[in-house]
Amino acid sequence: MYILEREYLAALATLLLGRGYELIGPKLAGGVITYAPLAGIEEMARKIRDAQGPGHYRSSPGEEDVWFSYVPGAASLKPWFNPPKCLVCRMRGSADEFLNETPPVTAPKRAFIGVRACEVAALRMQDKIFLEGPYADPEYRARREGALILAVNCSHPAETCFCASMQTGPKATTGFDLALTEISAKGKPAFLIEKGSDAGGELLGELPVRMATAKDKEAAILVSERAAQQITREINPERAARGLAAGLEHPHWATLESRCMNCANCTLVCPTCFCSTMEDSTSLSGDTAERWRLWDSCFVSEFTYIHGGSIRKSGASRYRQWLGHKFSHWHKQFGASGCVGCGRCIAWCPAGIDITRELAVFEASAPATARETVR
Amino acid sequence: MKQHSEIGAMLAEHEFLRGMSSKHIALMEEFTSVDTFHPGDYVFRAGEEAEYTYLIRSGRISIEIYDPQRGAVLLETIAAEKVLGWSWLVPPYKWCFDARAVEVTRMLCLNAERLRQAGELDHEFGYEFHKRFTGVFAERLRAARLQLMDMYGPLT
Amino acid sequence: MTLTTLDAPMSPLPYRIRQVTWENRDTFSFALAPAGEGSCERFLPGQFNMLYVYGVGEVPVSISGDPAEGDMIVHTTRYVGNVTKAMSRLRADQMIGVRGPLGNHWPAGEAKGKDLLIVAGGIGLAPLRPLIYEALRRRSDYGKIVLLFGTRSPDDMLFRNELRQWRSRFDMDVQICVDRAHQDWFGHVGVVSSLIPRAGFDPYLTHAFICGPEIMMVNTVEALIKRGVSEEAIFVTMERNMKCGIGLCGHCQLGTAFICKDGPVFRYDEMAPWLTIREM
Repeated sequence: MYILEREYLAALATLLLGRGYELIGPKLAGGVITYAPLAGIEEMARKIRDAQGPGHYRSSPGEEDVWFSYVPGAASLKPWFNPPKCLVCRMRGSADEFLNETPPVTAPKRAFIGVRACEVAALRMQDKIFLEGPYADPEYRARREGALILAVNCSHPAETCFCASMQTGPKATTGFDLALTEISAKGKPAFLIEKGSDAGGELLGELPVRMATAKDKEAAILVSERAAQQITREINPERAARGLAAGLEHPHWATLESRCMNCANCTLVCPTCFCSTMEDSTSLSGDTAERWRLWDSCFVSEFTYIHGGSIRKSGASRYRQWLGHKFSHWHKQFGASGCVGCGRCIAWCPAGIDITRELAVFEASAPATARETVR
Repeated sequence: MKQHSEIGAMLAEHEFLRGMSSKHIALMEEFTSVDTFHPGDYVFRAGEEAEYTYLIRSGRISIEIYDPQRGAVLLETIAAEKVLGWSWLVPPYKWCFDARAVEVTRMLCLNAERLRQAGELDHEFGYEFHKRFTGVFAERLRAARLQLMDMYGPLT
Repeated sequence: MTLTTLDAPMSPLPYRIRQVTWENRDTFSFALAPAGEGSCERFLPGQFNMLYVYGVGEVPVSISGDPAEGDMIVHTTRYVGNVTKAMSRLRADQMIGVRGPLGNHWPAGEAKGKDLLIVAGGIGLAPLRPLIYEALRRRSDYGKIVLLFGTRSPDDMLFRNELRQWRSRFDMDVQICVDRAHQDWFGHVGVVSSLIPRAGFDPYLTHAFICGPEIMMVNTVEALIKRGVSEEAIFVTMERNMKCGIGLCGHCQLGTAFICKDGPVFRYDEMAPWLTIREM
């Protein structure tokens, strides 16, 4: 492990930009932290405080001398890997005769800085979906292959965070190239840096780092421990899965239906929600036909449309699909819970629905020992 | 005319009466005959007196409803080992549909009035017989509801 | 090997329509061949292809032809939505995009040495036809082969020629049942499950393959279980909205299953828990 004094983080940015990377990092836009291209480290959001709660988000200048005194806002890394809209194929001709002229998928090299542990976990989950199934998604693969992940371990979790109970944070343990913990070293603000890959190690060689002392390491451990202690919300993934599997016909779905507006915000901000739809169009002349992939949401009633009508007509059934998929079915599909505990769906729900509370209702009425732990 | 013992054997081996006591089989034997219907023969027509109930031994009967515009519409076909006709159980004891033989069909014909009398006199027999008919009703009602769904039809 | 290349699994390959066959008033079959060089890829009975209509969209369609036929690949669908409606207007020599073969297949190998019971409802016969071709080709692998086919009316029949051929065989039992008919119909009238109690198969040594509307499948399974067929020997195919066909779009989920990649064929007991829950 290494120490980089905080003022030299700019050198890392310059190094990456110089190597042709597009640098993507947290930026304050419209009062919300988002991921955006950065021309340099000075554009990165620093010393910002965020107050988050059910249906609530406010940012303000922070008082401490801590750069990463906030957690991510509505935007996750998702759109950078699975874009909200992308071309799937392009045909030229007509129904009588057409050629597939889909351009090869390419993506710029991107370095992501300030990526939190929950985001890294979400990215690993997206890898499972888009790369490790029977078919890999070309768009995702192109964007993922060139990407560098420079993580930052959280020191100031939001009130909506529950990564600790999902075992995805607040410290990133795997899936990054470098992971930074903001500490004070020899009286100066600095980052303790952990190498996660050869690419990360190679970058370190170009930076003014020194070896971390035992004291530095202790300081970093303390940061992560304190962060974990500050996290108040929690979900027990096994209990949640059990509760949902036993509660498919629970009356509480009707309560959720009465609160949920079907706005799909939760699925848009969720870093692991991956559903998409297709849209076909032709040029005015008709000689070009394109097929685009767009983000979709299981909260949309057309989502399950088959000839005759939609399968999930009620809001209750759509809420059940979302929560049931994420916390119950996901285990069988991808070997883990689909939730990384980032808390976005709580903060960005206009009705302030807090899934940690809702899941507790299903858990409470589930039999103590279900026949099947995970359906 | 068949000999009674032979009719008794045919009754006893029919699926519908499986498990009936020999005493009750012997009772039914008294008012059961055997008849053969040829393709196109009507076993009964809607509105007629329901004088018999039929246990099909072989062949196939179609239950039809006649509509001046649509002609005869086939609602259901009933094959061997099944029972045909329940109108004799419910006043005014008149057939509700037409029944026509599709193939050469041999059936045991049980006199309805005698059956009703036997049921009144011997409740144990009546119960056994009704219990079997209840199963027929349930099966037919369920099939009718499924057909009503028009499940292979276009969805709108 | 699949037609869908691993590099571009979402990009349809251009195929040409060789023949359009109208099976009944709303159901039609397309025989397709690659527009360029090369032959059709092999498929297994039960698999499907995503068919793309230029500029209109893409839908999953059952492969209904003979798996041994190498020059053409036959699909059967009926017009029920925008894409299938546009598809129904296409004629021979026009083009269509193909992605596939996708999904799993009927586990016919497991049924070796057993009786084969095939129950189809309406267009559900389409994904079962390749299985029948294949089973008849390996006739000695099976005991009895029984096909029970239920459809709306005699006019809604499909694959008439094949049904006629199969009916005339001595080594296969074909029974057809319609929901309603006129007097010129000599077959059964009623629900297809009513044929199960008397169909000639050994319930303890039978593999049953069912495809049709969900209500029909559930009703048929019930009749099979009543006769003694075990849930583990009953297979059904499921249908849900599908956009990608390869497990990436999320649309076709039913409980823990992705119909496209885990199915469309499922052992009945895997599906049973989900089928009784509304709007699942």
